[in-house]
Amino acid sequence: MNDLPINFEEILETLALQGGFNTNAVILGTTLLGIAAGVIGSFALLRKRSLTADALSHATLPGIAGAFLIATSMGYSGRSMPLLMLGAAITGILGVACIHLILHHSRLKEDAAIGIVLSVFFGIGIVLLSLVQTSSSGSGAGLNHYIYGQTAAMTRSDAAIMGTIGIVASIIALVMLKEFMVVCFNETFARSTGLPVWLIDSIMLGLVVLITVSGLQAVGLILIVAMIIIPPAAARFWTDRLWKLVLISALIGGLSGYAGASISALFPRKPAGAVIVLVAGSIFAISMLFAPTRGVLADTIRRLRLKLLIARDHVLESLYEIESDIEGARHPNASIMLIKLIAMRGWITTSNNTLALTEAGRIQGQRIHRNHKLWEQYLVSYADIAPTHVDWSVDQVEHVLTDELIAELEEALRVRGITIENGDPA
Amino acid sequence: MSSTTRPAVYSPRSTLDARPEHSADSPVSIHAMTVAYARKPVLWDVDYDAPSNALIAIVGPNGAGKSTLIKACLGLIPRAAGTVEFWGQSYKHARSRIGYVPQRESVDWDFPVSALDVVCMGRYRKIGWCRPVSKSHKLAAMEALDRVGMADFAKRQISQLSGGQQQRVFLARALTQEAELYFMDEPFAGVDAATERAIIDVLRELRSNGKTVIVVHHDLQTVPEYFDHVLLLNMRIVASGPVSEVFTADNLQKTYGGRLTLLAEAAEAVARAAKGS
Repeated sequence: MNDLPINFEEILETLALQGGFNTNAVILGTTLLGIAAGVIGSFALLRKRSLTADALSHATLPGIAGAFLIATSMGYSGRSMPLLMLGAAITGILGVACIHLILHHSRLKEDAAIGIVLSVFFGIGIVLLSLVQTSSSGSGAGLNHYIYGQTAAMTRSDAAIMGTIGIVASIIALVMLKEFMVVCFNETFARSTGLPVWLIDSIMLGLVVLITVSGLQAVGLILIVAMIIIPPAAARFWTDRLWKLVLISALIGGLSGYAGASISALFPRKPAGAVIVLVAGSIFAISMLFAPTRGVLADTIRRLRLKLLIARDHVLESLYEIESDIEGARHPNASIMLIKLIAMRGWITTSNNTLALTEAGRIQGQRIHRNHKLWEQYLVSYADIAPTHVDWSVDQVEHVLTDELIAELEEALRVRGITIENGDPA
Repeated sequence: MSSTTRPAVYSPRSTLDARPEHSADSPVSIHAMTVAYARKPVLWDVDYDAPSNALIAIVGPNGAGKSTLIKACLGLIPRAAGTVEFWGQSYKHARSRIGYVPQRESVDWDFPVSALDVVCMGRYRKIGWCRPVSKSHKLAAMEALDRVGMADFAKRQISQLSGGQQQRVFLARALTQEAELYFMDEPFAGVDAATERAIIDVLRELRSNGKTVIVVHHDLQTVPEYFDHVLLLNMRIVASGPVSEVFTADNLQKTYGGRLTLLAEAAEAVARAAKGS
């Protein structure tokens, strides 16, 4: 078992594209394919067509097996890549057409239509594949690679075709960025301006077909859709501008393709497709967790900060009410940590085991108390809510009132003859 | 043959035939238009000639077909019957003179673009295929944003705008289309007071520049203040004309009163027959 023949130098050589011409061609081709998948996948994601791409890739199998059978029955070699790609494209497009037919002529929803087409076409493909294996005395065994992907079996010219298609598809997508954008964002508006939406959709679909069929050999038809979906989904966490999304998605796709093909070259039994998807998946997980503003971590921190802010406000408000002898004042309910934090801001003092507001703290407490009363009065006098029922909503709102909203509140109450000075309605 | 024996019976066919099919002066002329969704009719035999240089409100209850009327005019949904002309021309030929503000809820506002990007979409037709948005078009878009009081928000991602601000972005996009006739689908729905003022100011400015604006409107109270003409709709046109003549309690009762009209019941019957249930 020489699955791990590697020494450190060999790893470096491969990653630095020193691993022999054939290996380099395959790595380069897969990288270019990854970039193109990232670019085109961005639009598939925004057009909400990611799953259609999945049905499309599964529907390529009968085309591959069918093209092989037809070619060998006519005496040609069934292993030529352009021929198999053509067959794959034909049944792939046929699959998408079937989805539209089902949607148009039935009351089924898209998810069901996609599920039906995906499984039926894949089933037909498996049947045809078994025909290939029984009839052609083993020469068709390599077709299995199209299901799981196998870069090791690729020739230089296979890689060249893949890379060229990647470059061409990316250029088309970038040139049509504006048209794709308006159709993805607002289809009805695009149509009202006279843009042929069906044509633009067809071009988008055509690009997905190109990426899918050219990546079949390297990545395999089961996992190729991941190259189209995962990079833009990961990129979305990092930006909210379309051109940046496309750029970052291309970068993630390219990196995944490069890493997948390199690792597959080092460990020839590792299918490139799976490795590519694992790399892309890892980048997605990192993006989802750690991306600023949109990531889970940033979101959690934001929520905790707000919670802390509200708890702090409540302490200041309670202390203010107690010190001002306001009726109904509640004792602050706070942890020692929170008290220490507020003391560090210089808003309270904790001498002699009692809490007291500093001057700055008093101003804060008064402000919160006043916001509370403003909102409470507004609810009572405008929304006809009983004063005893407003506590929870007031506690949520009093911390987030902007100066603008406060001015509007004051105005609304003034109209009804209510002014609130230091928190007490007059 | 019964019609020959009883000539007094009202025949809509003959009144339609007596009317010229389309008025070439009217910015929008709708003739005998019927629209159906999945074979269920939602608009029946609509005939309407819009006056030019006016602010026109389309009002009616939920499900009356207000948005459908606009979309069918713009060819966004197919017409089951009837024709629509713009200044005597088909939509295809008049398209460059028409602007459109879709309903705000019709798009995903989490889309990764800025307010300025959205407004620039109004210029795409002028820019042409596969060309980048040039500086002069961006300037035009900035100007439109300024007209709706949104110049400071040009670089904002659209999900960070309030509902009213998003609505103003849509309005600015229509302004950059530099049209003569505008269709606006519920531009006042769910907006703040500042946005409502900004929109009505823009509408009046458009009117003073000789444009026509057709607005789907839901707030009956503001109809007399904001609009010159009104079209009362409930699956068919109940009444249309100047607000002062048509916007009456009687007509409103006809538009909004009554639960299910016979039209709605007939539409349900057509839909059921089509489904075979």
